[in-house]
Amino acid sequence: MTFLAGLGARLREGLRRSQEYLASGLGAVLDPERPIDEALYTELEELLIAADLGATLAGDFTNRAREEAMFGTLTRANQLRPLFRRFLLDTLAGAAQPLHLDHRPAVVLMLGVNGSGKTTTAAKLAAALKGSGKHVLLAAADTFRAAAIEQLQRWGERVGVEVIHQAAGSDPAAVVFDAVKAAAARGADALIVDTAGRLHTKTNLMDELAKLKRVIERQMPGAPHESLMVLDAPTGQNGFAQARMFHEAIGLTGVALTKLDGTAKGGIVVRIVRELKIPIKLIGVGEGVEDLQLFEPEAFVDALVPGE
Amino acid sequence: MLDALSTRLQTIFDRLGGRGRLTEENVQEALREVRLALLEADVNFKVVKTFIDRVKARAVGQDVLASLTPGHQVVKVVHDELTALLGGSGHKLAPASHPPTVIMLIGLQGSGKTTTAAKLARMYRTQGQHPLLAAADTYRPAAQDQLRTLGEGLGIPVIGAAGQSPLAICREAREAAATRGLTPLILDTAGRLHIDEAMLEELRAIRREVAPHHVLLVLDAMTGQDAVTVADRFNQAVGIDAVALTKLDGDSRGGAALSVRHVTGRPIAFVGTGEKTDALEPFHPDRLAARILGMGDVLSLVEKAQATVDQEKAEELVRKLREDAFTLEDFREQLKQVRQLGPLDQILGMLPFGKMLKGAPKDLADESADLGRFDAIIASMTPGERRHPEVINGSRRQRIARGSGTSVQDVNRLLKQYAQLKKMMKQFKGMEGKLPRMKNLPGFPTLRG
Repeated sequence: MTFLAGLGARLREGLRRSQEYLASGLGAVLDPERPIDEALYTELEELLIAADLGATLAGDFTNRAREEAMFGTLTRANQLRPLFRRFLLDTLAGAAQPLHLDHRPAVVLMLGVNGSGKTTTAAKLAAALKGSGKHVLLAAADTFRAAAIEQLQRWGERVGVEVIHQAAGSDPAAVVFDAVKAAAARGADALIVDTAGRLHTKTNLMDELAKLKRVIERQMPGAPHESLMVLDAPTGQNGFAQARMFHEAIGLTGVALTKLDGTAKGGIVVRIVRELKIPIKLIGVGEGVEDLQLFEPEAFVDALVPGE
Repeated sequence: MLDALSTRLQTIFDRLGGRGRLTEENVQEALREVRLALLEADVNFKVVKTFIDRVKARAVGQDVLASLTPGHQVVKVVHDELTALLGGSGHKLAPASHPPTVIMLIGLQGSGKTTTAAKLARMYRTQGQHPLLAAADTYRPAAQDQLRTLGEGLGIPVIGAAGQSPLAICREAREAAATRGLTPLILDTAGRLHIDEAMLEELRAIRREVAPHHVLLVLDAMTGQDAVTVADRFNQAVGIDAVALTKLDGDSRGGAALSVRHVTGRPIAFVGTGEKTDALEPFHPDRLAARILGMGDVLSLVEKAQATVDQEKAEELVRKLREDAFTLEDFREQLKQVRQLGPLDQILGMLPFGKMLKGAPKDLADESADLGRFDAIIASMTPGERRHPEVINGSRRQRIARGSGTSVQDVNRLLKQYAQLKKMMKQFKGMEGKLPRMKNLPGFPTLRG
């Protein structure tokens, strides 16, 4: 225990420094005078790891920097930031894609693990679409978690959007069936379906999700037009497993990255984009309804590798 | 729980397991892989660094270099250090001398506070107590409804109405718990960011005025590198006494647990392992560490083996295997040592070449009873037969079976397994030569000199 106490204090101190270092950008580290050596590469690798890019990706990027140094295109430490920005932007090129909401009604399926922010994101998206003059419906297909329906209903009242729902514990497939029918009948522009949070390792719950998708497809060929996995920025490497398994189970059209207003950078999406080719469609940067935004690689990379 | 990391480290150490004597270079290489595995497991990189340095200092030490199965020895060192880092023993929330015991849950949005509150209440009720829940999350729509629904389902009272301030709800709940004789009181607060000063001040106010005995940080097991920042800030701003780690029923490797424990020094008290209210378990650091390493019982077997396996005999055996001089007598000696250890399938994993055997002579693994029979069969052979089993023809088999009280089929099975083992050894030897990079890998402890 004495070891832990002492070490904890040291580590805390170190982390405080690391935060300042992250916050102040790479400026201090990338002093133009600083020699390009192993210590520098290590620090850069750690910077990327600290942003949840993962050890493999961080190692790849660092190795590419080594190659550039070998070819003589990298000679000063302050060239590393633009280099890393370029690596990241190359990787994320094509990751920013618009939502496909041309169909009338467009059906958007929100899914993800527990507590990632599905309900809030669904409500914010509904508010945004309504704000642009669309007729939107929400479907409360999380019939499992206590008061999940009420939560979406409160949101519906708040943003002025009708919520299709049934009693708690009812079959989510039935809710979805009703909702798609209602959306078509009322000539809605969009239907946003909020599903129950589920861990991607629970086969029965993944089957349930696949069934929801089938019900939608059968009723409306071509739907759902968007299947968005909601992922929160503090998530680490497990986010990749989540994306992979949700993608395998129902085919994702994009990721909605939430809770970017904290200190986590959400770097795991870089790996998701790179290895799974799933675009990032939305980001959540705050609790307000207006804090749901479209993904912009430039801004995201600036946050990952802080600017000048 | 943390199977992914277990598998990863197991692979690393299986490779290491074949290396016989560990040099500093070997250890370095293994630890590089351990580092990667821990980073993949979301352990914060600073914590990883400190951890690796400590393990290295111990792993390069004499006890590892001198041991028969250094790979396992390294695992043991890693395991010990992991256990130490995770906390010495299971942590219990001490009841207050003057009830109610007040437990306050804090954390980020979506970490699982409300569900954990209900799970805790249920756990304490199962232990014969009469808990009270306070729904102090007035921000998230229907959060109070959620706790009330959970409370109703469990038959546990819930305090807190819409329109009240979180502080007022907590105060009222504390009074209600005292007058109604309910304990513990569990405060479910709203999720908030660890950098939201106004919201942190609200928690400090509750802490000041309601004086909880235990402040629990509820942390999602899937959290990445940021876990240290989250835990540190909450600890600095509000103060935390313990951690509840949620959503461990997925495949997240849960490295965040190591990070948080390390950076705050606070113990992990509970783990959440499912969506239902009964899915809460006390945290066992030793089990978690063993699980991270995928070692389980094998660890104790390492200790057992050190006590029972005669190192000289083992090295002699290895030499014979290399020289293809492995006789039935050696086989018998091997079986004898194995019998002293316990269940075969577990032991196979820790024998120098055990991993390779696993699944191969399957009969050997699931027929421990055969060991006694095999011993009797070999005892009924002549010394010549033991050294040159190829002379054992049909009539000799009948004689041996009669002499040992077994059947000819048993004798055949023994001979078949012996032949399989010998063949496998030959294959490994072949591999050693063919694949330079796998040299020393798959089976044999390489004898020095």
